[in-house]
Amino acid sequence: MRTGRSARCIGTPSVLRSRGRVVSEPVIAVEHLHKRYGDTVAVDDVSFEVERGEIFGLLGPNGAGKTTTVECLQGLRRPDGGTVRVLGLEPQAEGDALRRRIGSQLQDSGLPARMRVWEALDLFASVVGGEVELDRLLEQWGLADKRSAPFASLSGGQQQRLFVALALVHDPEVVFLDEMTTGLDPAARRVAWDLIRAIRERGTTVVLVTHFMDEAERLCDRVGVVVRGRLVALDTPPRLVTRHVPEIRVTFSADVPDLSFLSELACVRTVGRWGRRVEVEGVDPVVALVANALVQRGITPEGLRVDQPTLEDVFLRLTGEIPEEA
Amino acid sequence: MGTFRRMAWLEVKLLVREPITLIFTFAFPLLVLAVLGQVFGNTPDPEQPEVFRGVGPMDYYLPGYIGLSIAAIGLIALPVHLASYRERGVLKRYRASGLSAGLVVGSQAAVGALAAIVGAALLTIVGFLGYDVHIPESVGGVLLGFAASVVCFGAIGVLLGAVLPSARAAQGLGLMLFFAMMFLSGTDGPREILGDVMRGIGEAFPLTHSFIVMQDPWIGFGMNLGRLAIVLVVAVLAGLAAVRAFRWE
Repeated sequence: MRTGRSARCIGTPSVLRSRGRVVSEPVIAVEHLHKRYGDTVAVDDVSFEVERGEIFGLLGPNGAGKTTTVECLQGLRRPDGGTVRVLGLEPQAEGDALRRRIGSQLQDSGLPARMRVWEALDLFASVVGGEVELDRLLEQWGLADKRSAPFASLSGGQQQRLFVALALVHDPEVVFLDEMTTGLDPAARRVAWDLIRAIRERGTTVVLVTHFMDEAERLCDRVGVVVRGRLVALDTPPRLVTRHVPEIRVTFSADVPDLSFLSELACVRTVGRWGRRVEVEGVDPVVALVANALVQRGITPEGLRVDQPTLEDVFLRLTGEIPEEA
Repeated sequence: MGTFRRMAWLEVKLLVREPITLIFTFAFPLLVLAVLGQVFGNTPDPEQPEVFRGVGPMDYYLPGYIGLSIAAIGLIALPVHLASYRERGVLKRYRASGLSAGLVVGSQAAVGALAAIVGAALLTIVGFLGYDVHIPESVGGVLLGFAASVVCFGAIGVLLGAVLPSARAAQGLGLMLFFAMMFLSGTDGPREILGDVMRGIGEAFPLTHSFIVMQDPWIGFGMNLGRLAIVLVVAVLAGLAAVRAFRWE
């Protein structure tokens, strides 16, 4: 069941391609990627494609294999099986050429403690021989007043902004952002999200690794859910929600003795009531149909509230699914 | 070579901002020079000409202090620097950004060589001015021995930095090797007064050979080609092993 679903998800981009007029190679193509560390299987038969200009998310709990996957994509780790192509290049064989065209904000990486912000930008820009407008870059990433600050003196948020700036300093075609908002306070996370959207605006493809559901839901065009090394689902966030957790709960208060007309609606699954309080559970488009049915009968629901499932519910359902099948 | 120049210059600046490394590389050998210069002076002892090979103690020691300065860079500064880069994920970040291993290691080795030159120049100037050290009998020979020693300890430094997992490990092992070599290579107490066992152990240390390939031409014994060959072989072996062992994380 699960594999069947994954296969269908993976098929989606190629279907789009054959239907669309512009036939473009996917920026990233991963087929049957396997990676082991000793006896531990880190990545188990993962396949997906990323289209140019998309924000693609890899979502999963810690240790699920997300980071290993993107490190294989960057040629930083050698896969044990499967094929990986990024920008048409083979990351292991053509790593140096590839790394000049991609940007990377790595987890668990750093800079020399006493290296200054402008020095780091200057060094990383020189890799592709590009001259950078340091001032513009510093301004853009809100680091203008930190220009000469040593790396070690920066706050977590400033370090992250510097890393993202470094990842983009050579105008890469694809940028990998690995847990870039981990350790940031809520305000700094909002700023980081704006930055990610800004990156996409420039036409850069973004691969975002995260274990934050809200982040994936807000930012990503498509999300792959990775659990224990396996890609268990892949789709747009709304479609993931509709497919995996379709239940929508509508609650309101009304003085109506007979609610059987609601149960007769096709999309409604259960109707419950506690005094004046009514709870209807169903699937899309339950909200519109329930509201319509009530209005037609001249009933005004008070305090109508809709509980929509989120990616988090999808995630919990998908991660809960694994032990039963294992 | 824009990136190499930038990186090497950056490493120079980082070295200057790291006072502990500076002290160990430059001030420590100078301090040893000053203390032993005070104790022994530079007048040959006619009673025991064999102890300092018939020359003044400071003429005898100065090439050794230059060797110590080179060894401090190769055994401590370089490995600690490289290992801490690995530990903090600096190497990983560099690699992901397309900076090659050769570039990273090469720039550090270049800066190490520069530091060795500065250290040797400081020691020589202080030796000339403060302790009447004589100008080398063969300047060319001393420079050749110096260059070979710098390459040798540069390679050892990169090797240690390549295999040691953390800055702490590099510091521990580096200090141990440094002091063992300092005492048994003749750079702190002439080899001539060491017992056979200690001298035998000293023969296993590259600093012994580095010391002699600089000392011999300095005090008029000509170039010691056998020991020069040893220094160069160690350099090549350490360099090859470093290339094989180098890990980014």
